Amino acid sequence: MQKRLVLDQTQLNIILSRFCYQLIENHNDFDNTVLLGLQPRGSLVLDRLIERLKQITSSPVLHGYLDATFHRDDFRRRDLPLRANETKIDFLIENKKVVLVDDVLYKGRSVRAAMDAMIAFGRPQKVELMVLIDRKYTRDFPIKPDYYGRQVNTLESQYVSVEWKSQGFEKDAIWITEKSQKK
Amino acid sequence: MQSFSARHLLGIKDISSTDIETIFETADNFKDVLNRPIKKVPSLRDITIANVFFENSTRTRLSFELAEKRLSADTINFSSSNSSVKKGETLVDTVNNILAMKVDMVVMRHSSPGAPHFLSRHIQANIVNAGDGTHEHPTQALLDAFSIREKLGDVTGKKVAIIGDILHSRVALSNIFCLQKLGAEVMVCGPITLLPKYISSLGVKVELDVKKALEWCDVANVLRIQLERQQIKYFPSLREYSLYYGINKQLLDQLDKTIVIMHPGPINRGVELNSDVADSEHSIILQQVENGVAIRMAVLYLLASAK
Repeated sequence: MQKRLVLDQTQLNIILSRFCYQLIENHNDFDNTVLLGLQPRGSLVLDRLIERLKQITSSPVLHGYLDATFHRDDFRRRDLPLRANETKIDFLIENKKVVLVDDVLYKGRSVRAAMDAMIAFGRPQKVELMVLIDRKYTRDFPIKPDYYGRQVNTLESQYVSVEWKSQGFEKDAIWITEKSQKK
Repeated sequence: MQSFSARHLLGIKDISSTDIETIFETADNFKDVLNRPIKKVPSLRDITIANVFFENSTRTRLSFELAEKRLSADTINFSSSNSSVKKGETLVDTVNNILAMKVDMVVMRHSSPGAPHFLSRHIQANIVNAGDGTHEHPTQALLDAFSIREKLGDVTGKKVAIIGDILHSRVALSNIFCLQKLGAEVMVCGPITLLPKYISSLGVKVELDVKKALEWCDVANVLRIQLERQQIKYFPSLREYSLYYGINKQLLDQLDKTIVIMHPGPINRGVELNSDVADSEHSIILQQVENGVAIRMAVLYLLASAK
């Protein structure tokens, strides 16, 4: 199967703008809300989101990066050690509304680990999940996004790759590729 | 991520500089975990670790035990003073009996150099050397280098003087290997009787005058006089040692630069280090202890993560 484009730069921009307005609609001035990007790739989405939010609203948005490596359930089940990334959260989430941001929702295991890791920073009042791509019918855990950019039907043999210009790619784009063709 | 090349951590000599960097990067993340309101992660929740100490230890054992608990491992502790070792059991038998209880990793301290290497040839579990006689103490060297990296930004190109009882020190040997692998320059300094005869063959500078050593270095790692390992007298008296090799504020004030003071503990105050130095802003002794837990978490995590 060939590489198939799911979202191009324009569509991504529209989705990110929609996300911003949905967040403002649900969270008003972000007074009691924090956004957490799931490391490593969710943080790139969060950065874009924050950039866009700043253009739309003057309210400051508390945000940080959350790494769930040490909370994953596939420890000792892989050939290579899991690489940890920086967790950058300099506030407590006690009694706050948390929006977890990631690029692709697949099995739901990363999100489960992230919720586990998140609890180390306090007991949130409510947790929501925002993803650019929701891979339908692939979940191992009962996890559903509150906000999604696009739902796609994919096979186990496929991979959803998210490319950002800031990461050295030609354009922002999201593709579905066969795993063997994965970059 | 680079795969960690070793199954055991027996000594710094056996691991690569890439392994050391991998340990440091992992320890950075664990240090962050240790500063959170909840300082525990579930990574090692199905792992059992035996802390087997055939020699006295306070700091290292506590540090390992805390690291294990922060990683959610189950731990059992063994010390030779109240065990069957006294009844004549061999090392392999003792450890095999512990392993029969389904233990995955062994952290061992032993007074005989090479004891963990010997054990690694006879048992299946991952072994971490927590000090073998006068040979190596790898986690101490790692936390020392990690502390230098934290304080000065990098280890490469830094000048580190190891001062004191080099002859009986496993910390000195592991430190020399570790610092050299990371590109630092190393000098050893102490009375000639406490310097191993062929130490210069390791590529280190040798200095007998502590003032010159302090003038040369960016970091001084001061070691304890290990009276318990000295069967004969290597110097006339502790008072004389302190006079010639003890580091005090007056000595540091004479330098035209600020140097970092380290000590692996326990300190003999007034012998190798005066209180006015040990408790000064030059000293990173307590940071070393704090970093020890993060480094040991990283080592245990990386060894356990291999399938």
